Amino acid sequence: MATTHTRTAARWMAAPSILLLFMWMIVPLGMTVYFSFLHYNLLSPGEESWAGLMNYEFFVTDPAFKDAVFNTLYLVLGVLLITTVGGTLLALLLDQPFWGQGVARLMVIAPFFVMPTVSALVWKNMLMHPVNGLFAWIARTLGFQPVDWLGAYPLTSITIIVAWQWLPFATLILLTALQSLDQEQKEAAEMDGAGAFSIFRHITLPHLSRALTVVVLIETIFLLNVFAEILVTTNGGPGTASTNLGFLIYMQGLLQFDAGGASAGGVIAVILANVVAFFLIRAIGKNLEA
Amino acid sequence: MGSINLRQVRKSFGAVDVIPGVDLDINEGEFVVFVGPSGCGKSTLLRLIAGLEDVTSGSISIDGRDVTHAPPARRGLAMVFQSYALYPHMSVRKNIAFPLKMAGMDEASIEKKVSDAARALNLGDYLDRKPGQLSGGQRQRVAIGRAIVRQPTAFLFDEPLSNLDAALRVNMRLEIGELHRELGATMIYVTHDQVEAMTMADKIVVLQKGRIEQVGAPMDLYRAPANRFVAGFIGSPKMNFIEGHEAARLGAHAVGVRPEHMAVVAPQNSDWRARVTAVERLGADTFLHLRSDSLGAMTARAGGDESFELGSEVGLRPDPARLHRFGPSGETLAA
Amino acid sequence: MARATTTRRKALMTALGWGVAFVIFFPILWTFLTSFKTEAEAVTTPPKFLFFDWTLANYHEVNSRSNYMRFAMNSVIIAFGSTLLGLLVAIPAAWAMAFSPTKRTKDLLMWMLSTKMMPAVGVLIPIYILFRDFRLLDTHFGMVLVMTLINLPIIVWMLYTYFKEIPAPILEAARMDGATLRQEIVDVLAPMAVPGIASTVLLNVILAWNEAFWTLNLTTTKAAPLTAFIASYSSPEGLFWAKLSAASTMAIAPIVLLGWFSQKQLVRGLTFGAVK
Repeated sequence: MATTHTRTAARWMAAPSILLLFMWMIVPLGMTVYFSFLHYNLLSPGEESWAGLMNYEFFVTDPAFKDAVFNTLYLVLGVLLITTVGGTLLALLLDQPFWGQGVARLMVIAPFFVMPTVSALVWKNMLMHPVNGLFAWIARTLGFQPVDWLGAYPLTSITIIVAWQWLPFATLILLTALQSLDQEQKEAAEMDGAGAFSIFRHITLPHLSRALTVVVLIETIFLLNVFAEILVTTNGGPGTASTNLGFLIYMQGLLQFDAGGASAGGVIAVILANVVAFFLIRAIGKNLEA
Repeated sequence: MGSINLRQVRKSFGAVDVIPGVDLDINEGEFVVFVGPSGCGKSTLLRLIAGLEDVTSGSISIDGRDVTHAPPARRGLAMVFQSYALYPHMSVRKNIAFPLKMAGMDEASIEKKVSDAARALNLGDYLDRKPGQLSGGQRQRVAIGRAIVRQPTAFLFDEPLSNLDAALRVNMRLEIGELHRELGATMIYVTHDQVEAMTMADKIVVLQKGRIEQVGAPMDLYRAPANRFVAGFIGSPKMNFIEGHEAARLGAHAVGVRPEHMAVVAPQNSDWRARVTAVERLGADTFLHLRSDSLGAMTARAGGDESFELGSEVGLRPDPARLHRFGPSGETLAA
Repeated sequence: MARATTTRRKALMTALGWGVAFVIFFPILWTFLTSFKTEAEAVTTPPKFLFFDWTLANYHEVNSRSNYMRFAMNSVIIAFGSTLLGLLVAIPAAWAMAFSPTKRTKDLLMWMLSTKMMPAVGVLIPIYILFRDFRLLDTHFGMVLVMTLINLPIIVWMLYTYFKEIPAPILEAARMDGATLRQEIVDVLAPMAVPGIASTVLLNVILAWNEAFWTLNLTTTKAAPLTAFIASYSSPEGLFWAKLSAASTMAIAPIVLLGWFSQKQLVRGLTFGAVK
């Protein structure tokens, strides 16, 4: 359905969205790139001067950068591992018929709707607190020494908190994909003599592969941006033990007021995210055609 | 009111010419059927007339007024879509009233027109239902109701019966025919079903690959097809075509004869002999599927009570007056 | 699935399913329970699960601290304001892409998606500076704007996938019937797409409500939503878990309920239609 008239109308109708997003993307990004080449302190405006690649040099050679990159990878990969494996198992479990399935399912997906600051604080205080936390009580009851989770294992603790938030997401999507699996396919495989594990390996898993790809890629996008959980629990510490790339940039910019350095970090973060985005867009683009 | 003229109407999508250039005159009050195989451009042609697509070049006029660039609403046409395209969130009443509301008619007149249309179409009991609660035939009638309340200069039907079951289709065919006689309005009807074309049309337009193959009254097309394509498309079962030696003997590239124009006789009484490969009994008629080396695959019609044995040989005697001769590019040769 | 499952197997699955669900749900349940305890009971060892003096005191106290309602109001304003503004901008765009697609439509959608992938920290400094200079820091308008922009791609995408399922002939029929473009969208398309628009609204409200990067960095007091309010509990180490729990329960309850309500549609929105 396309006359010149409707096509022209369509162009005008789409324009506001496109313009808004274009400006949202290009203006700040352009500024970030520009700032990244300046000596620019937020406390002394008007004293900007050309810095060349110095900001990049400082940012990259800062030992905190290496830690932050490692922490970012640890956090992203750790959460991905927990959520994809756990999510697949949970989805398989919730796909089985059992009493009260619907309610159990609601309970499992609930953490996804909890705002990051709440989940971080609840875990930090009520569960992981070394003295009054529930984990400490459990440890003592079982005769172990309570663990100071966020003090001793800050990054792992944050990984657990974030994984708890994203596990429902993976479960929900994998469960939806699982339920779209053609039952006859499974029955045909059973007729062919395949056992439960073979069916999972050769029928179910391939069917889930697309959903798994989507889960991995979308989570990656969000996990690269983990911020509130760190801010609320450890503030990146002790030292840089739980500082990810995003948090490092935040500290550089809004705590140390070094806009130039933070911008250089921002450019690096954008480049890294683009690498991921490239694959995500290709994966989703393929599904668009189907 | 209701004459439509197409002059050199061309439509291309990118580099593909869907309609390479069509001239067509539709007279006031005519029931015109566009028929052709799927992908022949018949629906596109209808949408061009409706204004849902732009012509690439050429002109369309309605009652002498050039509407080539007018938006659909300004052409005074009403359309019944294949899927009926009823507004699912509106009641039947609101569906039928919608075009009147858009035209800014006052409530009282709308109410009157809707109830008139509902009465004419036997929809009175369903006015407050939603389309989802209606059967296929009822939806079809609502779509027609929505079209007639506007009193359009012409009606456009885009394969309106293809979603109905066979029995209902025959009914609706008769109802639409009746509607046409009552309203006397011009109707353009698109279908791929040659039976619908034959039974409903005043004038059939046979299309293939965006080109008009022939325009004419149903029986004219049946009796004197302009070419092999039309000959094969109109009539059921399809015309038999014989090529090769037999055709050459009659001075043609191919010879066509309809199943109903051949007598089935004993083998010794005819030059054309063939073996029976299948027998389809329809009750009144029996269709024989035949095969022979010289003729190829053939279909013949015999009486309902005659008996035939699979694999047996029969003779075929065509009515010489009803033989069609075609040239190498499919054109009909003069008798 | 026409298969008789043995009762034993079903009982086993029930135990397993509920066990796992309970563990995952536990932090939320624990927060909920703690919100009814006194501060002393909230930190006792061994912890009290159900047998404590249930009290609503924490809710009263959190509520009476005059600012809680303001934070909650800010959350509502930001979440619903940005959703509304987003719909206003996105519905026409989704209409155009679904019903008048061009060769570039797919690329355009992909590009919109890609803006969503830009890491927020990459543009934190410029946005902060722009907001400071345009006096948008800590304003409702500024927050609504940011939230609209970060969620616009999702809104357009979701609406697009829902609109695509509406048969084009219905809109063409409206056009034949004399509807203007505005009438076509308002009287025909929008009512037909109500379920899709509703799920778009739900998802967007959930996302905006829980967003905790821009809300933490661009607000201080006036426009700060519940994410910031809760974060303010993190600074001093003290024994106020019962109150934290009450505040948390109030902050998450409406959204958890909304999320439960819309779980089916959520999958589609969150995966940009790739998993239905």
